[in-house]
Amino acid sequence: MSARENILARIREKSGRNGVTSAPELAAVRAHIAEHACGPLPSISRHDPVTHFIAECARLKSTTAELDDIAALPAEVARYIAANALRMRCVGWHEFAALNWQSAGIQFDDRPANGDDLIGLTGSFCGIGETGTLLLLGAPATPKATALLPETHICVVKKSRILATMEDSFALMRNEIGEPPRATFFVSGPSRTADIEQTLVIGAHGPYRVHVILIP
Amino acid sequence: MQVQSMHFKQTASGKLNDAVLQGAMKKAKGKFVDGRALGVAEVDNWEDIRTYAAELRNRVIDNLDAYLLEFERNAIRRGAKVHWAETAEEANAIVLGIAQQNGVKTVTKSKSMVTEEIALNDVLIAAGIHVMETDLGEYILQLAHEPPSHIVAPAMHKSKEQVAELFAAAHHKPLLTDIGELTREAREQLRSHFLAADMGISGANFIVAETGTTLTVTNEGNADLVTTVPRIHCVVTGIEKVIPTLEDFATLIRLLPRSAIGQSIVNYLTLTTGVKSPDETDGPEQMHVVLVDAGRTKLVGSDMKDMLRCIRCGACMNHCPVYQNVGGHAYGWVYPGPMGSVLTPTYVGIENAGDLPNAATFCGECQVVCPVKIPLPDLMRKWRERQFDQRLRPFGERFVMSVWAFFIQRPRLYAFASRIGVRVAVWMGGKDKLIHSLPGIDGWTDGRDMPAPQGRTFRELYAARKGGQ
Repeated sequence: MSARENILARIREKSGRNGVTSAPELAAVRAHIAEHACGPLPSISRHDPVTHFIAECARLKSTTAELDDIAALPAEVARYIAANALRMRCVGWHEFAALNWQSAGIQFDDRPANGDDLIGLTGSFCGIGETGTLLLLGAPATPKATALLPETHICVVKKSRILATMEDSFALMRNEIGEPPRATFFVSGPSRTADIEQTLVIGAHGPYRVHVILIP
Repeated sequence: MQVQSMHFKQTASGKLNDAVLQGAMKKAKGKFVDGRALGVAEVDNWEDIRTYAAELRNRVIDNLDAYLLEFERNAIRRGAKVHWAETAEEANAIVLGIAQQNGVKTVTKSKSMVTEEIALNDVLIAAGIHVMETDLGEYILQLAHEPPSHIVAPAMHKSKEQVAELFAAAHHKPLLTDIGELTREAREQLRSHFLAADMGISGANFIVAETGTTLTVTNEGNADLVTTVPRIHCVVTGIEKVIPTLEDFATLIRLLPRSAIGQSIVNYLTLTTGVKSPDETDGPEQMHVVLVDAGRTKLVGSDMKDMLRCIRCGACMNHCPVYQNVGGHAYGWVYPGPMGSVLTPTYVGIENAGDLPNAATFCGECQVVCPVKIPLPDLMRKWRERQFDQRLRPFGERFVMSVWAFFIQRPRLYAFASRIGVRVAVWMGGKDKLIHSLPGIDGWTDGRDMPAPQGRTFRELYAARKGGQ
């Protein structure tokens, strides 16, 4: 018998069941999964999602900005870059390529980030108010590396898509695209570590800075 | 990892006199214990969530075969290859086989306790593969050739001075003193490895039956790089890590980081499902999931099955007065603290880990803080009973216990003997009512005096009060 059969047989024997996993047992498990039952939610999840999202971002040491129009994005990115004394150059997702980056004095590269890029601009699938979290879904036009490799991650989120809880984000994902894509990526503030003497240091292997830009 | 648990007593004594370790443990205690208390206080229905989480973990453990098959079916459907390993040796052979078939020369790893269990790194390195731990704590320990001393903060026993010396020697750079600078240097050292690795190996905090997804949580973002950049992703995980749905994960993530250190959420949380599409720029071409038994099925259906609920948060060890004083290395295997005192005897045999279930004050704090309500003191007590039955404890201890059992099963005799005992103790306490030395257990009175009883036994006082009514 293979390891697989041995392990499954041992589980069944120790659970007091005989033979192989039956079709009704599998059907019961699938039926339970299909319910998508949610656990109890804390009352923090019932706060106004956008307000709570902004407050939680601050706790996580992400900065935030709000724009009335996506057209103002290059100017806001330029302001942020200048304020942090960074270079006026960024690599970003294709959905932002058509904006007027030249007028803001930024060299925008419409391609996935590599190890040398210092600023990555991404969009997001949705935000989660409870924890100030961004959900990014990987696809050819939305590479995860752009959020992960550069030292600065700038992320655009629509206010209308800031939901209360992670459960809501999974329901939305199921509604709009079905199954989770290969890379389903929750980002909650910049990378950090406390592995040396439990002392918090921002910027471990991922970004040092996360700037969240809310648009209508 | 080589089992050293049989040496608990000697190692623990050494650790109590290790000034660097004692300093590190004092610093850590405040962060973990106070941090958790603050984090938990933010959630008004913490107890409801705990109860729900314990039930959902139980549901999986009760139907583990069906949930694993459902996970396997969905993972394969999404393009992953699922392997099953009964033993550590089998698991290592599977991973090495994947590496060799694909001409893998370099591997980046994110933290995985299962791969510590099975000593995967040794096997890969012996086969000439370059293996790099990327979690900062694990990287420090790889340089120091030491095992982790905590399941969440593996290098918590090290001082920054020790880390600085390790880095200066390994990186051929001047000695640093600032923790921020040390972290930056590690980032720069590891960057090229992340980008160059042929294969990424990660553990999984959970695997999701519904979608065939494997899931990692980190604050550093290293697991995300390990699962995104290399052309092959290999997940090594225990069979008990399966959960039914993504919603169940949402529930568990409210408990896990808060229990560990008080954070409301971890900074990076990656769900990986299958392989990349041809037009995607990042993601692996191959995804392998190795489902490891290595002793876990021994717990299924047994009187210790509650332990399978464990979500590896570390709260039990953070709050354990024994762990707080001796650190993780004293326990002599991968899993320290109360959860380790239950798991280690299961995996390596009680004859090799006899002191662990006894290294407990039974204050019960581990059970109080466990997010999935594992009755850790009860489980440790079960190991003690088994040890006693199998005559694995020292003769002296068994003799004392037998004498105790003889009396306690005869209430009248017990009342008589305790009446005498109390009077002897009162006499021993003398004028200052303190016993300075107890023959036979002077280890206990070496460091402190035992308060002498005040006069009569509880039974006598109870009888007197009842009589007076």
